[in-house]
Amino acid sequence: MKDFPYTESKDTRSGFGAGLHELGKTNPNVVALCADLTGSLKMDAFKKDFPERFFQVGIAEANMMGVAAGMTIGGKIPFTGTFANFSTGRVYDQIRQSIAYSDKNVKICASHAGLTLGEDGATHQILEDLGMMKMLPGMTVINPCDYNQTKAATIAIAEHHGPVYLRFGRPVVPNFTPADQNFVIGEAVMLNEGTDVSIFATGHLVWKAVLAGKLLAEKGINAEIINIHTIKPLDAQAILASARKTRCVVTAEEHQMNGGLGDSIAQLLAREEPLPLEMVAVNDSFGESATPDQLMEKYKLNEAAIVAAVEAVMKRRK
Amino acid sequence: MPQTAEIATADLKEIAAQVRRDIVRMVHAVNSGHPGGSLGCTDLLVALYFKVMKHNPEQFSMDGVGEDLFFLSNGHISATLYSVLARSGYFPVSELATFRKLNSRLQGHPTTHEGLPGIRVASGSLGQGLSVACGAAQAKKLNGDDRRVFVLMGDGELEEGQNWEAIMYAAHHKIDNLIGVIDHNGQQIDGSTAEIGGLGDLRSKFEAFGWHVLQADGNDYATLLPALEAAQAATGQGKPVMFIMDTRMGFGVDFMMEGHKWHGVAPNDAQLATALEQLTVGTVADY
Ligand SMILES: Cc1ncc(C[n+]2csc(CCOP(=O)(O)OP(=O)(O)O)c2C)c(N)n1
Ligand SMILES: [Mg+2]
Repeated sequence: MKDFPYTESKDTRSGFGAGLHELGKTNPNVVALCADLTGSLKMDAFKKDFPERFFQVGIAEANMMGVAAGMTIGGKIPFTGTFANFSTGRVYDQIRQSIAYSDKNVKICASHAGLTLGEDGATHQILEDLGMMKMLPGMTVINPCDYNQTKAATIAIAEHHGPVYLRFGRPVVPNFTPADQNFVIGEAVMLNEGTDVSIFATGHLVWKAVLAGKLLAEKGINAEIINIHTIKPLDAQAILASARKTRCVVTAEEHQMNGGLGDSIAQLLAREEPLPLEMVAVNDSFGESATPDQLMEKYKLNEAAIVAAVEAVMKRRK
Repeated sequence: MPQTAEIATADLKEIAAQVRRDIVRMVHAVNSGHPGGSLGCTDLLVALYFKVMKHNPEQFSMDGVGEDLFFLSNGHISATLYSVLARSGYFPVSELATFRKLNSRLQGHPTTHEGLPGIRVASGSLGQGLSVACGAAQAKKLNGDDRRVFVLMGDGELEEGQNWEAIMYAAHHKIDNLIGVIDHNGQQIDGSTAEIGGLGDLRSKFEAFGWHVLQADGNDYATLLPALEAAQAATGQGKPVMFIMDTRMGFGVDFMMEGHKWHGVAPNDAQLATALEQLTVGTVADY
């Protein structure tokens, strides 16, 4: 198992803030909109240095999506910022009609996704956003794993024409991917080559998969670990190649089992290469208030859960 | 059913101080939560639950037939509601210690999901409570139930468009058993409501939408109690009633009354100690 050294832990939302600030300097068409959560989204630096391109819309997310759609008409590239719940469920029809169906170049940037939002509880912990967004035709859906990757993804989506959903989170997590990485939308990242099982993880679960890989190595299991930062379009080629080699699959994500990454991969395998699969995800339940670590343990979204899933799926391997 | 309408203002003040102690201790214990709005709305919630509303804490019923109902749309001030519910008898005061912790009924934002007595709908995602209150008030009318429905909203929260759909709906349907209250503290997360949302002349807006409007200081029982009397007196006359309640975010703790700073941060140990020194009660009955 490869080693993934890191010198610091950082929040992915700060990666977004840094990427957005960078874009402010390099791309005059980038504009930012925020719904009364500038600090939480780490948009302060952009706001400070590019005040004429920053729009405070107040607590009015539906309006924000419509305004963003409008700003694309005239060549602006709007980045909207609010919590993941208010970026998706709250405004689904506005995104569906004014952005996705109308093919508008809006970047929907969503923080505090999933259980790791913590104490605010289930009203804010959306676990259905990837599903809602990936169902929209033409929507690109990205869930990077650490600060560096979120920063790189933020910069990359400005160059991609079309609606994008970029999902990130609140807690600090190891920042282990390279600062100079070339982020390619839709291209899975091989973290560790292995032969016994394929672990496909996204977002905060990528680091948990790395931790699980170490525990598995101690048990003599050689896991292939792949970071699926783009849920849509899915890197079918990379996924199938790995699955064909290892003959069994585990998926891991901070999301409902219904509609998430595991669900997309299960569809792909069912069509192309039926193989045993286990999903590490939330099983049809809302979240609750507690610290992020307590929740990741209670809802079985940690390295121990990935190890257990690997052991279960390897028993089913033919 | 307890009829506490005769409670003395001095006693309300005493309860309010205890509730404020609960709030700062609760958010301090988990280093999260929203003390600013919670402290500002304490006097209102104490008045409603200990004086104004007819309600039945010993036997909570979801339908609340024959009772006044209260909905909290700005769910982030849950600490206030939990303290007032516990201290008026809906559940043990000791349970306040579980606020925002794993496996608690006292979730970060109020919810029915864990079955906490006193909560009738989840809130937290802003801008939805007024619509729910409209529906509950209409159900009362359909049931021939002459009690009232109260709903509290933040002023920043009014930036959500759904409120204005509900404001139009309530007047159109003559929902005159409904009393809306705006926590008019002039603050939200990123700054003042004037800087962020531009609420403008709220009174004229509500009046233009066909509501009966009142405005008074909500951190002084000398003005708050008469305003609540007047609001109730204005019901049953064909118009929904809106009470623009002027408050101070963080009221009761001097250093929390500065702008929007204390919207959503918890005090540290030293700040808690200072806050508790300022929140004096005759007999401290902390959970
Ligand atoms: C739909 C939605 N958008 C954003 C938020 C995040 N949020 C929580 S409280 C708040 C500010 C609310 O302002 P106000 O209603 O004035 O309450 P106060 O800060 O005065 O307590 C925001 C933006 C939310 N909870 N729900
Ligand atoms: Mg306010």
